[in-house]
Amino acid sequence: MTALAPTDKPAAQSILEKIGAGNIVVLVLLALYPAVASDFFLTQIGAYSLILGMISLSLMLLAGYGGMVSLAQISVAGIAGYTVAIFGLNNSGVHGFGWPFWIVVPIATLVAAGASALIGVISNRTEGIYTIMITLAIATAFFYFTQQNYSLFNGFPGYTGIRAPEFWGVNWRDPMPFYYLCLGFAVVAYAAVLYGSRSTYGLTVQAVRDNPRRMRALGFNVTAHKVVAYFYAGIIAGLAGVLLVWFNGRISPGTINVSAAINVLIIAVIGGMRHPIGPFLGAVVVVLMQTFAIDIVGAERFNTLIGLFFLVIVFVSPDGLLGLWGRIKPHLAQESLRSGP
Amino acid sequence: MAEISVASRLQGSGAYALELDGIARHFGALVALSGINMRIAAGERRAVLGSNGAGKTTLFNAITGDFLPTAGRIRFFGEDITDLPPHERIRRGLRRTYQISQLFKGLTVLDSIFLACRGVSRRRFSLLRPSINDVNMVQAESILNAVHLESDRDVLVATLSHGQQRQLEIALALAGAPRFILFDEPAAGLSPTERRDLVAILNALPKHIGYIIIEHDLDVALRVSEYVSMMHNGRLFKEGTPQEIEADPEVQEIYLGGKHG
Repeated sequence: MTALAPTDKPAAQSILEKIGAGNIVVLVLLALYPAVASDFFLTQIGAYSLILGMISLSLMLLAGYGGMVSLAQISVAGIAGYTVAIFGLNNSGVHGFGWPFWIVVPIATLVAAGASALIGVISNRTEGIYTIMITLAIATAFFYFTQQNYSLFNGFPGYTGIRAPEFWGVNWRDPMPFYYLCLGFAVVAYAAVLYGSRSTYGLTVQAVRDNPRRMRALGFNVTAHKVVAYFYAGIIAGLAGVLLVWFNGRISPGTINVSAAINVLIIAVIGGMRHPIGPFLGAVVVVLMQTFAIDIVGAERFNTLIGLFFLVIVFVSPDGLLGLWGRIKPHLAQESLRSGP
Repeated sequence: MAEISVASRLQGSGAYALELDGIARHFGALVALSGINMRIAAGERRAVLGSNGAGKTTLFNAITGDFLPTAGRIRFFGEDITDLPPHERIRRGLRRTYQISQLFKGLTVLDSIFLACRGVSRRRFSLLRPSINDVNMVQAESILNAVHLESDRDVLVATLSHGQQRQLEIALALAGAPRFILFDEPAAGLSPTERRDLVAILNALPKHIGYIIIEHDLDVALRVSEYVSMMHNGRLFKEGTPQEIEADPEVQEIYLGGKHG
């Protein structure tokens, strides 16, 4: 290596530089948020945005890096939720084995990841709009199956009375602990995706998105790399599903219906899929609108407002809010968003 | 690494790098290839010439496994690879480039070559970021130099010029200890200067790497090959040294329109 280009990175980066100033500022603000927020803002806005952001993050991982738009991520989260209800405690009188959370949560996450990988195997031979169609079909079929199956999913009513656990002397159902629990999971998922996007595997997924044929010609098993991406996305969606069932205290077919599936896509598109922060931005916007649009335009028309906002975003900036940021500060955006498509 | 030990075991066994026995490929009623027999020694550099539609790229696709031949067997360094999937053939040291660049537009130049090196090693699923001292990263840097792209190492592939993309196309094929490379019109769309660079890059390849080059530009093809096979309508119809081929009246009639020379 005689001639390295002058753009070569400095030999040693401090930890601060590696994490990035922007990430640290956001993390500090989010950690201080409970100091100013009421319980309502802490759970219904804060925690709920983080949970939906994680589910959308799992979609962003697949779609942004891998070019695979899966509409079944809410189903994957739902599978984790149902697993928690079946193996943990519920008050529906069906199943509810009462296993401790530290067994139930890993099981739920793995079952969800396995289901996600299976969806990856099924949809592997499709591309673009056909991936959307087949995963939408899977999500729809799963919704109807949970509604009609009573032996496992307890049909239409689903499971109720599912509670976040108590441990380390903390009741994690309480607003502030639950917010920090969600924040912790979300930060881990966000950091993993951000770091992983520049890992060997992360690069292979982006290369498969750009040119699967060439990846095959370089010795990569493209199918395996895609399925593994679904598996990792399933872990994130599964963890979010656990949080979601603790947040709602219940899980039923209504949690995973088609409009919920599309909601996940809307969040990802509004936020932008070039960087893992996008889904969280989108989640905050959508949750705020879903919560307060009723006050502005009434319960009948709040979806119209969300729809209009979605149209405006797509029309003004196909890359979502992140793309908007890119237009205002192109030089900054190019640096921080480089790893995206 | 396993693939290197395979290479060393076959070295000196006198095996051919590539043996094609009666390769045929039909697309419905269309006969794209028929009865192709070819023996290429290890380290040999062969040009395949022929007019458009002669079946040259189809032959490459059959060798790499992009699709299976309708009939015939393919042996690579003595091993029958006819039924192997493409990525298994690559792991045995077979590489190709494409007539139309097949690159990763969203990655940087260095990351692309790094992945190409990683493709035939373990740790393809590693969730760690590669360090600058990673063995595949070091290989990628040296390939970067070999194809004269060192000043563009951190540039997004989508922003490269056409000529640079053709250089990267070659770089991807050089990654990960190749033993035999199929070059599909590497000079397509290059300027005269870039063509001279290309000839220099090809002639500077390590001697143990053999290749087949498809090339319409005879000035390039005849300067980088030791032996020439002519194809016409899906068949091989003439073989010889570059001098013999250039002087052959029948070749001049079909391929050069009788005007070359």
